[in-house]
Amino acid sequence: MTTLPKSTKKKLGLVIDLDICVGCQACATSCKEWNTGGYSAPLSDTDPYGADPHGAWLNRIHGFEVGDGESGQTVHFPRSCLHCETPACVTVCPTGASYKREEDGIVLVNPDTCIGCKLCSWACPYGAREYDENHGVMKKCTLCVDRIYNQHLAEEDRVPACVRACPTGARHFGDIGDPNSAVSKLVADRGGYDLMPEMGYKPVNKYLPPRARRDGSANNFQPAVEAPDPPGKDLATSFFAWADKMLSQ
Amino acid sequence: MHPAYSVIFFTTASGAGYGLLVWLAMASALGGFPPDWALGLIGLGLALALVTGGLLSSTAHLGRPERAWRAFSQWRSSWLSREGVLAVATYIPAAILGISWVFYEKFDGPVIIASLLVSVLALTTVYATGMIYASLPTIRAWNQPLTVAVYLTLAMATGGILFVFVLSFFAPLPTWAIALPLVAIIGAYFTKRFYWEAIDEAPRTLRPENATGLGHIGKVHHLEPPHAQANYVMREMGFKVARNHADKLRRLSAYLMFLVPIVCLLLLLMVSTFTAPLFALVAVLAMGIGVVIERWLFFAEAEHVVMLYYGADAA
Ligand code: SF4
Ligand code: SF4
Repeated sequence: MTTLPKSTKKKLGLVIDLDICVGCQACATSCKEWNTGGYSAPLSDTDPYGADPHGAWLNRIHGFEVGDGESGQTVHFPRSCLHCETPACVTVCPTGASYKREEDGIVLVNPDTCIGCKLCSWACPYGAREYDENHGVMKKCTLCVDRIYNQHLAEEDRVPACVRACPTGARHFGDIGDPNSAVSKLVADRGGYDLMPEMGYKPVNKYLPPRARRDGSANNFQPAVEAPDPPGKDLATSFFAWADKMLSQ
Repeated sequence: MHPAYSVIFFTTASGAGYGLLVWLAMASALGGFPPDWALGLIGLGLALALVTGGLLSSTAHLGRPERAWRAFSQWRSSWLSREGVLAVATYIPAAILGISWVFYEKFDGPVIIASLLVSVLALTTVYATGMIYASLPTIRAWNQPLTVAVYLTLAMATGGILFVFVLSFFAPLPTWAIALPLVAIIGAYFTKRFYWEAIDEAPRTLRPENATGLGHIGKVHHLEPPHAQANYVMREMGFKVARNHADKLRRLSAYLMFLVPIVCLLLLLMVSTFTAPLFALVAVLAMGIGVVIERWLFFAEAEHVVMLYYGADAA
């Protein structure tokens, strides 16, 4: 049913910390690995060993350069489905394959009823839907619906694969609709924000902005390691330099 | 946006087919000509062949064509689904009109109700096609008030020129059968012209700073794409025609869609009944090629907001 639920009991989603993401791609590869065997398996590739390898990925990490000169910085920017509250990707779907779950707000594509018309991918401003050429259906982030409720997994593994894989702890998972959840507090503390609120899709996922950097213009440079003493200062170095010089004559 | 040939063929062919249906149904309802069975067979046959060919070609771009029937289910929210439902619904009154016209040489009395239904359903189908594009907030060039009007007026213009062509084989063309399609073509010309002006003037308000939400730090520019090769999103949404090519193609399509058919129609007012089909054929061919170029441009000129994540400077 592609009509959106009036409200959802939970708003499960991700909070992504742009301050500490190092762009290592661990979340993206872990996502691909889990989901190629998961809910909407496979996540296939075309020409994987050829000249033009490409395929469906549900999570992609961009690098942006933000600011100029000394105050400029590189921001690694993971991008996946934001599980929006009012997404047109769901309402445009002619088959009902795309839907938003009333119980937790997860946006899913049913791979058994999708006809691969691609209209939902046109309707997503965030590039979160990727068509699988070989499977003939649309693929998107499932928020690892097949992990988070999975009683066969150890408790600590019942989070999306990307969150589990991130080595820096830049990805957080939880109920963003519950103001007392850890993720909601994090969003409140750090000024978490929505991507392109102008589009009116009301994303659930939030991004935490990079923290303010030290002002590069002030002279408060602190070296990470002390510079070694200049050669010739201590006796041993002078001796070896002298010996070296003598022996090479 | 990537211009898929199946979708270009579908929207142009079915648009012309529905337009021709409206012309034939309205002209018959108003008693514009006698109910000649051959005119009904060829006219309605051509219209339904174009519509059916278009609909079949639209399934060619599906990943799973065998499941296409599922697309009739979500008419409550989806314009694509509504288009499918309306397209199929149009066949019912069209069949009633066709049977009555071809087998009983009769299209007056109660058959007029079928003719009116054909006209309304055909126009609403084209309206739904336009709304599929016009309702997408992600594509500025489509999310315009004139998008639907362009689809409707071009359907009536392309259908109108086919109407003249079919009719020219049967009788000396009455003046109204030339003048009204002429009005439709001129109407389509102004609509398309205003549409082009509107998309050229519509401000490109979104920047990578909006897409990333990092504008408060400074200028944002794309440094590293996620992968070395272009992915689906870039192939589908990243297609863009160069501006100077687009201008040339716009002019070419306008000459073919509007100028040539208008000149042909004006000549048709003067030429003999025997040469009329020839002039009408020239107009049909020019209009056909013109509208295919127009539809190709409709996709190729449309920028998708997602490209802000892939290095576009504005959307
Ligand atoms: S990010 Fe895109 S695919 Fe995900 S819910 Fe929002 S609009 Fe739909
Ligand atoms: S590609 Fe599949 S999920 Fe997307 S709109 Fe079409 S049928 Fe729905």
